[in-house]
Amino acid sequence: MSKKVGFLQGNEAAAHGALYAGCKFFAGYPITPSTEVSEVLSIELPKVGGKFIQMEDEIGAMAALLGGALAGQKALTSTSGPGLSLKQELIGYGCIAEIPCVVYNVMRGGPSTGMPTGPSQSDVMCAKWGTHGDHATIALMPASVQETYDMIVRAFNLAEKYRMPVHVLPDEIVAHMRERIEFREPGELEVIDRTAPSVPPSEYKPYDTKFGDVPPLAAFGSGYKFHVTGLNKLPDGFPTTKAEYVQAEEERQIRKVTANIDEIVEFEEFKLEDAEICVVAYGSTSRSARYAVNEAREQGIKVGMFRIKTFWPFPDKQIKALAEKVKGFIVPEMNLGMCSLEVERCAQGKAQILGINRVDGEPINPEQIIEKIKEVK
Amino acid sequence: MAFDYEKYIRPGKLPHIWCPGCGHGIVMKGLIRAMDSLNLVKEETAIVSGIGCASRLPGYIDCCTLHTAHGRAAAFATGVKMAKPEMNVILVGGDGDGTAIGGNHFIHACRRNINMTYIILNNYIYGMTGGQFSPCTPTGHKASTTPYGNPDPGFDIAKLAIGAGASFVARGTAFHANQIDKLIAEAIQHKGFSVVEILDDCPTTYGRRNKYKSVIEMMNRLKEVAVPVKAAEKMTAEQLQGKVLTGVLHKVERPEYCEEYAKVIERAGGNK
Repeated sequence: MSKKVGFLQGNEAAAHGALYAGCKFFAGYPITPSTEVSEVLSIELPKVGGKFIQMEDEIGAMAALLGGALAGQKALTSTSGPGLSLKQELIGYGCIAEIPCVVYNVMRGGPSTGMPTGPSQSDVMCAKWGTHGDHATIALMPASVQETYDMIVRAFNLAEKYRMPVHVLPDEIVAHMRERIEFREPGELEVIDRTAPSVPPSEYKPYDTKFGDVPPLAAFGSGYKFHVTGLNKLPDGFPTTKAEYVQAEEERQIRKVTANIDEIVEFEEFKLEDAEICVVAYGSTSRSARYAVNEAREQGIKVGMFRIKTFWPFPDKQIKALAEKVKGFIVPEMNLGMCSLEVERCAQGKAQILGINRVDGEPINPEQIIEKIKEVK
Repeated sequence: MAFDYEKYIRPGKLPHIWCPGCGHGIVMKGLIRAMDSLNLVKEETAIVSGIGCASRLPGYIDCCTLHTAHGRAAAFATGVKMAKPEMNVILVGGDGDGTAIGGNHFIHACRRNINMTYIILNNYIYGMTGGQFSPCTPTGHKASTTPYGNPDPGFDIAKLAIGAGASFVARGTAFHANQIDKLIAEAIQHKGFSVVEILDDCPTTYGRRNKYKSVIEMMNRLKEVAVPVKAAEKMTAEQLQGKVLTGVLHKVERPEYCEEYAKVIERAGGNK
């Protein structure tokens, strides 16, 4: 049987990927350049008995998303820069209350209204540090339309497995370009559902660590009754200010990601075997970087690319290892040096770091990268 | 036989956080009596709140309870109700939480007419943060941030709810304790978005700044200003000056949101 194929935008692929993952709930608010996700899901979700709601604002959309997720649904929202800023308090709520959901944020120019139709990669720090307080973050970076589809499925898997909000951060180029994609057959990609409680309702505690760092989550309306709050809490979900509980809970919520970092962090190494220079790239910028690496190789320069697929947690171990090997990193990105900071942190002065930074709404082209590769001493 | 409140109270969660003289406990008892009169199944009932003194209420009740962020109760609850329309969804919160930071979600829940009941405990003040003025603090009154008297006009929550499209709106007071359960029960039974405003007192942060000598004086004031809607029909505008109407103020039939969305699913062919 031939595979079902399509010629889709990244945003449309995201919507179809969500359906593949079993998403039955979408809450959003219109914002350029992510609105196609809403439009496709407003058509498709009711066809499978799912629910689509357009809320009164970005904050309301995030709140409804968390409510739907607590009632047992796999839930998605889509937004862009200003919307991501508005959603931050409740992303933190999702972190502390440990509610699985996926936040698909198309990166456009900023700050504030910025350049709504221009591409950018300047929300990577906002995804990590936008909400207050200590918390773990998972953020995925697709570089193609097919990868957007597949990464949404993976984002749902990670959200459900680790009981937390997960970000998918395409830049506007990936979100709006059209490419051929294959719709995945049932069973072709892994689909993970959250672990349901194995104990009867009378014994259930929503944050019971005897089941490990990711306690099972019951759904409202499934026979289990329990309390959920944004306050620091005890294993039974009720508020506490007891120092030993608060410290242990905060550490556990970060540990559930850090202890599984090798499983969560995905990346691509391209022509790095003998490389003396490494281009660290992500999203659409990695497409220019791949072209640049091939061109530079033809000119006899030993260069490769490390493509970030999981931006958070950052691939520290891999960049640290590369820093021992290469003499320089080139970090092209559509912001004024956000990934560069992370590469600097990991490289610890062991390699030269050159950034290529554009925030003018234009993509970084291969020529710029080749030029920079030649500057490495 | 005395009513058994413990049936709906979570074991081990009392005493509550509310100050002596606060009316929130009276409203909680009314809610419990209402739930009992309707035989609400605990596992099928979600109680959702925002932030503030009143928003701590759900923690004491033995149901699916969700203590959300400041102002966001109606939006979280909308998600729960959309995902599980068969659940009873009750919202609880204060006047600042519901009509200031949560005002947008409040009016849109009214507009959608989604089948939930919102109990607003209006004590005219932000109590938990120490008594700053809320959108319901009367003009001229004192709060910790209106030391020279409040220059703002206050909201009429019931009129706001009616204007925004709520299909059931009622008002009671913490003094008229025996009416609270009846108003809440009727609101829960009503199909659509129902709002029950309960005029309440905050002796700690509001009363003492506004020359109320005691809780009894604050309760007596609630008694004096309240006029049942039926009684008001026979009163002149002059007699109604400074009074507040209580009872069921508004009740209409209007399409309910989850039922309307079920039709969307049907049109899309999703119920096969």
